[in-house]
Amino acid sequence: MLHLTCPNCGQMVDETDLHAGGQAHITRHGAGASDADFEDYLFMRKNPKGVHFERWRHVYGCGKWFHAARCTTTLQVFGTYSAQTLTPPKPLITKIKKLRPEWEGFEK
Amino acid sequence: MSSVTVLQGAGFDGAIEIRDAGLLGMITLRGDLASPTLNAAVKTATGTAPPEMGQIVHADAQSCAWMSPDELMIFAPYAQADEITAQITGDLADHHALAVNVSDARAVFDLSGNAIRDVLSKGTPVDLSPDALGLNVVRRTRLGQVAVAFWFTSETTARLVCFRSVGAYMLTWLSTAADPAAQVDYH
Ligand SMILES: [Zn+2]
Repeated sequence: MLHLTCPNCGQMVDETDLHAGGQAHITRHGAGASDADFEDYLFMRKNPKGVHFERWRHVYGCGKWFHAARCTTTLQVFGTYSAQTLTPPKPLITKIKKLRPEWEGFEK
Repeated sequence: MSSVTVLQGAGFDGAIEIRDAGLLGMITLRGDLASPTLNAAVKTATGTAPPEMGQIVHADAQSCAWMSPDELMIFAPYAQADEITAQITGDLADHHALAVNVSDARAVFDLSGNAIRDVLSKGTPVDLSPDALGLNVVRRTRLGQVAVAFWFTSETTARLVCFRSVGAYMLTWLSTAADPAAQVDYH
């Protein structure tokens, strides 16, 4: 069972109160982009065994989006943070590096 | 044509008592909750300042609930809802805000008894222990298969709000969960 703390309303909520929004921090290539960039944006996603950054929406609660960093194999949650950012916050990256020294770091 | 609630007075007596709260004024207000003008408009409408995050505050016949970082719900007598909506809209005319009378878009239940926490626990992932969910904390979550908001007004009374379209389902769900033959005696 996955529990995440919504940074918008402060509540620790169950996965069934949430809607999964997929991989976080993807670049949204739109009109005028190359075919390769547009294909990347539409279809190409990471599928890591380990640290993953995701978008979630607190759909049954405050209704707001947020970001979460978690481990896809153990469900360990490293942290949740605002949706209004293009990259994970530095303190969170530092925290994950400490917990998972083998992690290659955040890559877009 | 006179207004009716979706429950039309229906209720249930079992592990807890489930009652139609009757016609109730409800106004959704969206805007910048940090704005002094918005806070003043709410105080004029309800007689109280807006609540802290996740809370509901009561004043006379009015209440004000925190629904999300940019949303409040004002509860008032049904007949006053249009007037309050107009007052808030006027007070916030120059602001990026929206007040809507949603009184007829919701179903409201009054729950009472000793087993409310047990009954709700059957259908929501929320930790309903008194330590985790105190009085006048508004919790928006899932109950059965629908979105609800509920808060305890005392250890033995709570109010629950859901969309009108699922009001009948909610009554059936609550009545089933409150079946006297299916008591949990946990909380
Ligand atoms: Zn939330």
